[in-house]
Amino acid sequence: MDFLRPDRWEDALAAKAEHPTAVPLAGGTDVMVEINFDHRRPTHLLDLTRIRDLYAWQTDGPDVRLGAAVPYARVIAELSGPLPGLALAARTVGSPQIRNRGSVGGNLGAASPAGDSHPALLAAGAVVEAESVRGTRLLPVEDFYTGVKRNALAPDELIRAVRIRKAAGPQQFAKVGTRNAMVIAVCAFGLALHPDTRTVRTGIGSAAPTPVRARAAEDFLTAALDEARCWETGRPVPPAAAAEFAALAAAACNPIDDVRGSAAYRRHAVGVMARRTLGWAWRQYTDGTTGERGERCA
Amino acid sequence: MSERNVPGRLASEGLTQGSRTRGGIGESTLRPDGTLKVTGEFAYASDLWHEDMLWGHTLRSPHAHARIRSVDVAEALATPGVYAVLTHDDLPAATRYGLEIQDTPVLADGVVRHHGEPVALVAADHPETARRAAAKIRVAYEELPVVTDETSATAPGAPVLHPGRTDGHAAHVPHPNIVHRQPVRRGDVAAAKARAAAVVTGEYEVGMQDQAFLGPESGLAVPAEDGGVDLYIATQWLHADLRQIAPVLGLPEDKVRMTLSGVGGAFGGREDLSMQAHACLLALRTGRPVKMVYDRFESFFGHVHRHPARLRYEHGADRDGRLLYVTARIVLDGGAYASSSPAVVGNAASLSVGPYECPNVDVEALALYTNNPPCGAMRGFGAVQACFAYEAQMDRLATELGLNPVEFRRRNAMSQGSVMPTGQAVDSPAPVAELLRRVKAMPMPPERQWETAGGGPDLRALPGGVANTTHGEGVVRGVGYAVGIKNVGFSEGFDDYSTARVRLECAGGEAVATVHTAMAEVGQGGVTVHAQIARTELGVSRVTIQPADTRVGSAGSTSASRQTYVTGGAVRHACATVRERVLALGRTKFGTYHPAWATAELLLEDGKIVTDGGEVLAALADVLEGEEPVEAEVEWRHRPTEPFDLRTGQGTGHVQYSFAAHRAVVEVDTELGLVKVVELACAQDVGKALNPLSVTGQIQGGSTQGLGLAVMEEIAVDPVTGKVRNPSFTDYLIPTILDTPAMPVDVLELADPHAPYGLRGVGEAPTLSSTPAVVAAIRQATGLALRRVPVRPEHLTGT
Repeated sequence: MDFLRPDRWEDALAAKAEHPTAVPLAGGTDVMVEINFDHRRPTHLLDLTRIRDLYAWQTDGPDVRLGAAVPYARVIAELSGPLPGLALAARTVGSPQIRNRGSVGGNLGAASPAGDSHPALLAAGAVVEAESVRGTRLLPVEDFYTGVKRNALAPDELIRAVRIRKAAGPQQFAKVGTRNAMVIAVCAFGLALHPDTRTVRTGIGSAAPTPVRARAAEDFLTAALDEARCWETGRPVPPAAAAEFAALAAAACNPIDDVRGSAAYRRHAVGVMARRTLGWAWRQYTDGTTGERGERCA
Repeated sequence: MSERNVPGRLASEGLTQGSRTRGGIGESTLRPDGTLKVTGEFAYASDLWHEDMLWGHTLRSPHAHARIRSVDVAEALATPGVYAVLTHDDLPAATRYGLEIQDTPVLADGVVRHHGEPVALVAADHPETARRAAAKIRVAYEELPVVTDETSATAPGAPVLHPGRTDGHAAHVPHPNIVHRQPVRRGDVAAAKARAAAVVTGEYEVGMQDQAFLGPESGLAVPAEDGGVDLYIATQWLHADLRQIAPVLGLPEDKVRMTLSGVGGAFGGREDLSMQAHACLLALRTGRPVKMVYDRFESFFGHVHRHPARLRYEHGADRDGRLLYVTARIVLDGGAYASSSPAVVGNAASLSVGPYECPNVDVEALALYTNNPPCGAMRGFGAVQACFAYEAQMDRLATELGLNPVEFRRRNAMSQGSVMPTGQAVDSPAPVAELLRRVKAMPMPPERQWETAGGGPDLRALPGGVANTTHGEGVVRGVGYAVGIKNVGFSEGFDDYSTARVRLECAGGEAVATVHTAMAEVGQGGVTVHAQIARTELGVSRVTIQPADTRVGSAGSTSASRQTYVTGGAVRHACATVRERVLALGRTKFGTYHPAWATAELLLEDGKIVTDGGEVLAALADVLEGEEPVEAEVEWRHRPTEPFDLRTGQGTGHVQYSFAAHRAVVEVDTELGLVKVVELACAQDVGKALNPLSVTGQIQGGSTQGLGLAVMEEIAVDPVTGKVRNPSFTDYLIPTILDTPAMPVDVLELADPHAPYGLRGVGEAPTLSSTPAVVAAIRQATGLALRRVPVRPEHLTGT
């Protein structure tokens, strides 16, 4: 196993072009576990930790451009305002040590259906910046996940950044695990209200082969809120509409039975989380708050 | 006396009575390993290092039951850096070992009987080389049908896993796939049934819990010039290892020298051999030191687990709420090899009714041989499984009778003088009702404790934690009670002794004591307690604890809540012998100077020999100055026990009983099926708290391990293939600090007149009642029957 340590992004792209099977490595919270367990044995490891650009974020018009290796701890500390859903998701990742090293870029690269950031990215509307020596591709995140632990990157591409629309409305994220911290998702749900476009977006984690949006639920709720003139009046979401939204979110799941949970439970729990997160987000909308509530972090 | 502890406050505060020598028993002296462990500087067995050492690796079976057609090691052996590859054919002497029954192959002998069974060993100059070489060993398996439960193990035509058994239990078991079976019969159940006003029956199930000790199996074997081997090892009982290793190596026991290395927890999981014999075999074969360290994945296959159990109970009571009879059938899954299954069966059977008086009992407990992972010792040892079931039954019977569950238990609580179902009278305090009264009287944690002044919820205080699954929606509180009974020490006629060597000498003008035992310090705090005992008995402040090794006699196992009792008792007795010799020496040297040397009761205190009136006769250092060190070695035994009768279970089988009661307060998200244990209060009688801080730590640790079994901890074994599905801390979950509630502890000290200092073994009792108390609280919150632990979200949501 060869260890490549480029100093510059261009060198990293060149190395990836030369060694398409090279596995990129930043925090190592996923890759090193797989190597230690002998689950994978890449010919090359491509260490990206010298490329400081990957550890920075900027505001870029309506978006936050989040460097692929910015650790979760900094997403929580620095981006809870513009990216409240992602910050909530980041809080549920592993332990403090893992949050100090793990990053959204790594979550996308691994493309595990259980990755914690995916539902928040799907709900917020994120675009993945994939780059190679051939140029840059901008991939909407919902097109990025192509299968269990598979993504749309070409063999010579690396994730440089993720562009995430700054929150124009409340965002929520909830994740079920079978203990109260440090747990892989049994299932997770992300929800974002977009008052500027009067739309609702969602993301479901760990309840299908890939992270997915509950599009039928989104379309239904967007129409229902419109019809009941909720956006302009701020009146509560009709309970029947919230229930239907939850049922459609549950129906968007295509889960399996595994050691972490049953398929039936996952469907059920996604429905409950959809209903609850909608309730919280709508209350925030009507209260005029867009960010997180006053929850404290562990 | 009793003492009330709240979290964050040391148990020792306000406790100053006892010896006049500082740091003696009854004080919360700090453990020498504590700071090192917290700061990451403690040297564990996995940190062992030797120049030129090789690394051992184990190839394990991917199947739960298979015939080995052939093993080809040629390619592995040809790998550069590989020094040895061993299979069953290379074993020099005994090929099997075991704690009670020698049924476990050192390396698989033509058949593998469980997933992860060791098949071959590799020694190489790098752990990665060893691992890769092991992957090149070609094993041709022919898969065999598996037996995974009682039905399949005892079905007509079921494969017999150990044909031709000659062990001591083989003659009385009803089927060769049953390791051991123990009935307990007392009174007349049939007659009692006719009088019962309330009857409840229930079937219960306990999943396979893992000890999940943090320091994985590891050790270093160094070949010696005399043909023997020195083994540095993390274990629970050096001499039991020695007794099993030496025959495998074909060496006399004095050629196998063992030294305890840093142990990161045990909880029963280090009673059986893991890599001990393997590392020694590789070291003797290669002539090089060999280190073996399991990673977490391998550790799940490297030690036995808690027996999963299916239990069927029937309880009957009269109109006044008094138990009339209990019948029970307890089926424990022992897995592929016996380990300590027979003793676990004895415990489950004899403690099956719990800490209650019941005149009519008909119980049988048995352990199976199956192709599941082997099960053996784990904290609570057969009593945990029974306690989950009998406490659920007691709650149901209380409901049936319209009684408060605590009141119903109080009416049936045993006390000193009560007679166990085995016919054994309880001859020391058994404050079962008092313990329940105490946990019930504790103040309740406030309702809706997640609400904050700022308005938003404190997610850490809610089910689901920071994963943000509820802000209070669906959350219902429940409260549950439970109490349990655990035996202390090895039972059923086992010769359970400990050896201690104590020396007192003058060094640098000061009297100093040295204590040498083979006691395995696995984190329980025994080293700290031994120093306290020596200070109290010998009146010195400086005590050196020698490393535990096999140059001194056996200290027995760090198991069964017994070490402070038995090895502590041995240290105390050795100190007393030393004291008498020192006093005799003092009389010889100084006896003519003061008449009190001949007439008074003399004590050693604060470095001096004093009369019982407090008059100083001599400094200890002056007595010892210029003399040979005063040394004594003793073997010390607790009261003998006797085996249970094979048909009736009658017999004085246990040494001592210990009792703990819990009150659990939980909050359940009833929609998502997530549980937050808000508080887990415990009251326990410890006879005498030699180190109150350590006692509180044991109680809180045991309670947490019981909580883990209640809501998350289970090794998932595929019922069709017998394969382990979650051998990692990713999917075998143990409580984090956010799952661990406030744990107020109320320590009762009612002396047992038969035990050293009146003490009662502490470590296991809190693990018993914690689980049923938590589940009772969840039942109260949800109204669900919940017959199985761990309770999963699926059980609470009907999904």
